[in-house]
Formats: sequence, C-alpha cells, structure tokens
Amino acid sequence: MSDKQQEVWVFIEQREGKPADVSFELLSKGRKLAESLSGTLKAVLIGHDMQELAAETFRYGATEVLLADHPELKHYNTLPYSRILSGLVDQHQPRIVLFGGSFIGRDLAPRVASHTRSGLTADCTDLQISDVTYLRKDYSQLLLQIRPAFGGNIIATIICPDSPVQMATVREGVMEKAPLAQPVEGRIIQVPYSPDEVDHLVRIIDRHHEESKVNLKAAPIIVSGGYGMGNFQNFQILYELARVIGGEVAGTRAAVDAGFIDHPRQVGQTGVTVRPKLYIACGISGAIQHRAGMSDSNKIIAINDDPDAPIFGVCHYGIVGDVMQVIPMLIDAYKHKLK
Amino acid sequence: MSYHSIVMVKQVPDTANISGQVMKPDGTVNRSKLPTIFNPEDKVALELALQFRDRFGGTVRVLTMGPLKASDLLRDCLYMGADEAILVSDRKFAGADTLATSYVLSEALRKLAPYDIIFAGRQAIDGDTAQVGPQTAEKLGLPQITYAEAIIEARGRQITVKRKVDQGFEVLEGTLPLLITVIKDAATPRPFRAKRVMAYKNAHTLLELEKMAEANSLLYVDQLKDEYVSKGLFIPTLTADDLDIDVERCGLSGSPTKVHKIESVILGGGAHETIPATKDGMYALIDRLMEDHIFG
Repeated sequence: MSDKQQEVWVFIEQREGKPADVSFELLSKGRKLAESLSGTLKAVLIGHDMQELAAETFRYGATEVLLADHPELKHYNTLPYSRILSGLVDQHQPRIVLFGGSFIGRDLAPRVASHTRSGLTADCTDLQISDVTYLRKDYSQLLLQIRPAFGGNIIATIICPDSPVQMATVREGVMEKAPLAQPVEGRIIQVPYSPDEVDHLVRIIDRHHEESKVNLKAAPIIVSGGYGMGNFQNFQILYELARVIGGEVAGTRAAVDAGFIDHPRQVGQTGVTVRPKLYIACGISGAIQHRAGMSDSNKIIAINDDPDAPIFGVCHYGIVGDVMQVIPMLIDAYKHKLK
Repeated sequence: MSYHSIVMVKQVPDTANISGQVMKPDGTVNRSKLPTIFNPEDKVALELALQFRDRFGGTVRVLTMGPLKASDLLRDCLYMGADEAILVSDRKFAGADTLATSYVLSEALRKLAPYDIIFAGRQAIDGDTAQVGPQTAEKLGLPQITYAEAIIEARGRQITVKRKVDQGFEVLEGTLPLLITVIKDAATPRPFRAKRVMAYKNAHTLLELEKMAEANSLLYVDQLKDEYVSKGLFIPTLTADDLDIDVERCGLSGSPTKVHKIESVILGGGAHETIPATKDGMYALIDRLMEDHIFG
C-alpha cells in the first residue's frame, strides 16, 4: 500500500439531472468510512449541466467531485459511463467505491469491477472498517461487506483482502442520509470526456420515465403484506387498511414474486429499507432479508397465523390469527376509536 | 438473416425451500442436502432465446459452469428446445466468485464464437448479485443490455430491446454482438417437449461418461464418447485444459471477494406483547398505539 491518502468514492447517480437519494445516503456512510481510514471522501458524477448537483455533495462531506460533464453524457448509458469510471479507478486507485443498488448501479458496478479486477459485493446491509486476520495473514483496515446470503439463512461478512480497490452496492434506504450543518469547502475537478464510437454501440431511442408515486421511506405508517396473504384479491384489503389509517402499502419479495404487488413497493434487502413510525406486517413470515429492511421501524405489529413465524421475534405487538379476519376487526376498531 | 445465440444458465440451490437439514449446527450450509433447480431467470432467458430463434431463425446453444450434477440442467435445456448444450467444469473452477466465474465463462464463450447474442438471466437466486452477466460482457468487450423485458425487433446487425429501469422503461437499439440479461417478466418458459425428453434423456456429459466407465471395467470412455457423439447424445465438456486460461484467475484463487465470517441467523422469539385476535384485542391495540403517539 502506498503512503497516499486512502480514498472513499461514491458514484452519484442522476436521472433527468436529479440526484438519487441513495447516493447521498452512501456519501453519508462513505464519510464515516473515510474517517475510519483517515482518508478522504470523493464523489464521482457523470452527466450534463451538473455543476449545481456537484456542489450539493459538499453538504454530505465530499471534499472533491470528479465531474465528467458533456451533452452526450446526459443520460446513463453503460458503455461511456463504465469507460469513464473504469479509467478513473485505474488512474486514482481509490480504496473503496460505493454504488447504489439500483438499475444504474447494478448495471455499472460489475462492469467497472471486471475491468479493474476488483472485488464487488452486492446489496450490502452494513459496511464497516476493521483489521482482519484471514488465513493467518493480517490485513489492516479492510472493508467488511456484510449481507444476508443463501435465502437469508446466514449473514455473511465478505472481505477483499488482496484487492487494491473494494467495491460494494447498497440499496436505497439502508444507510441514513446525514447532511452536514455546514457544507465542506470542496472542489470540482473536471474529467475530460472524448466521445468514442464504441460509446454508441447501444443507443437510447425511447425513454419512459415516471415520477415515482410511492415514497415508502417517507411514509409514517406502512401496511405490508407477505406471501401469507394468500392471493392477489386478499392482498387488496391492505389498501383498505392503509387508506383508513393513513399509510402506504408495501410487500415482501415473496409477495412481489407472486404478483400481489409491484417491485417499487418491496421492502427488504433487495427492495427498500424503511424506518416508519408504525409497520404492520401482515402474513409475513419474517425472513432475514425482509427484516433487514424494516426492523428499525419505531413500532411493529405482526399478524400471522403461525405462532412460530420469525416475524414475532422482531415485533412489538404480535397477533396470532388469520389476517383476513384480524384486519377487518382492526379497521373497525380504528374507525370506532378515532372517527 | 438468422442469429446464433448462446444462453448462460446456472443450476442453483432452491433457496426458497431450505429445510432444517440444510443448515448445519455451526450455521454453515450443507450443500449436499440442498435441492437444486434451474435458476428461474436463466430459464426465462432460454425461453426468450428460443422465441427469438422461432421468429428470426438461427441456433440456440446453452452454456453452464458447474459440477457433474449440472448435467441435469443441460438436459432440461435440451428438453425445452436448445440445439446444443455445453458444460464447463473443472475442479480448478470451484469456489469462484462472480469475477472468477465471468472470467471462465468469457473464455469458454471465446471458444464458442461466433455468436450474435449472449443471453443470461438477470441474476441467480443463490446470490442475487446480477454481476456475472455484465462482468462477462466486459471481459469480451461486448455491449450489454441488462433488465431486458422484450426484444422488439432485429434487423441486420441492429436489435431493439425494451428494458426496465427504476421508474419506467427504456427502448435501446444495440449493435450485435451483445449480451442481454433478462428479467422474469420477459417470457413464460415453455414446458419440456415429450418428444425431446425421449430423444435426450440419455444425453450425457463427458463427466457422466467417465463415471460410467469407472463403474464398469468393460466400458472405455473414448469408445463411449464416440458412441454418444454418433447418436447425437454427447454433451461436450470444456475443462481448464480446453480453455486458454490463466488458472490463477479461476476458482478461489481468482476471486477477490472472500467469505470472512458466516453467522447463522438466530430466529429468536423477542419480547413482544401478544394481542388476542379478537374485537377487544383490536380495541386494546388501538389504545396502545394512541399511547405510543402513533395514532390520534
């Protein structure tokens, strides 16, 4: 390892010029990792007309932004973006590079990791810096990449002991966004971009972008359903409960896979992580991947007909019973008490 | 014009159906007790490739890296309609992370060139990383289209693909050859064709023939191979020796990520208040939530 200061990089995602929340969450985490390494936090931003957004990263502690700004880079496109970022990683050898676990991050990160032959761990639920002894060799200040694995039956800690650059993706909501009271005095470094014909091997010919209608992270109350809801029709009762008590509806991965609800409303390791005031888990068994996305909720109610369901291990109020009987009673009780 | 496709498939543990026997007391996984399945999105990728062949003509080959047991998966692919199946297998490839896996796969694909499209499922359910597709594309210097939902059109060397993005979709036009990763909604895998099951149930990989020869002193593997090749029932196997590879970049030694620690998940019954599933129970619950300042 050279004496040069260790750098933590965060790739800043933008869509239509708007930054992704997950990028600021990662800057907030990256700042802590950089502190542990006594290193520096840097942001990498690719797009067009990005000066303002670049400066926004200073509020999260980035001391430098590597900015590739060019009209042809306006929208994310795999080849030019990965070419630029791979070049930067080759040149600067940061110690850590973090990406959002989004459609963009999951398209880009493996490409860059392959080019630079770096270790990459997907969908981490925690990141820490620690000295590690691995196969009787001591390594100082490795990145511990922690994630559930194997259907949630185990929690694995992954390390990249011999990889100069350690990379990880993290889903939205896993890390908490922590802006500084006072932005740091950062600087913006322009990264030159020279268009290359290979960048046009894949061209965007149509884009359909909807503003997200759901913002689970901001919802104070979430009514969430699992596979135990039984079927699509039963699942609809959750919308009734959510409407009455003023919440958003979410689901587990099993519910998404079964077609009960769409992926943008999935809570868990491969969905969104939420911390609402109240989380009502209906027909959810409580696999670790799901719990990774909701166990920090202020209060959790679990309704399940299986008294041994693991969800009862993380809830504050447990109701053993048939969701299709309990939920109507809950709706009635709420209406009676509060209306 | 017709197109030549190769589909990368994987046999995976059925992580959705893990029983108690599978987890050892120390929290590690007993892989031998795990039922294995055709990785769901790879099966969809194969279906999409077969539909593409139905529309435009050409061939579909499938490629997997795995142990002897992965031969079952390749037969499944033949039953669905793949023209040829290839196993990539060697002890030296064991313990590979996504980087080492994509290295071996990319070298196997070089041997199988030329091709127009490489298909793969977006991700495998045992790791959910979605990394092997893009990493393989990068190693081959190919463009990639991930999260493909549909192939809209192919004309000459241009292909038009609809892909899902976080909030909506994109339509991309790509120049072949390229790699496409496919999401679950892209197609519904066809059932096995009875005729093809009859035709290919005795198709065997080289590894299986070696096993047969070991078990019976009257059989010689070279003869067996010739016999199976002549019957069209031989599934070629590529080993480290068949590929132009740096062994140091394969398997465990070629994997920058290492598992440092594994903890089993303790599903403890935490302290919580039990609310009876009755009308009175619900009233009491609402009261508690009002005390908690969540309602009211």
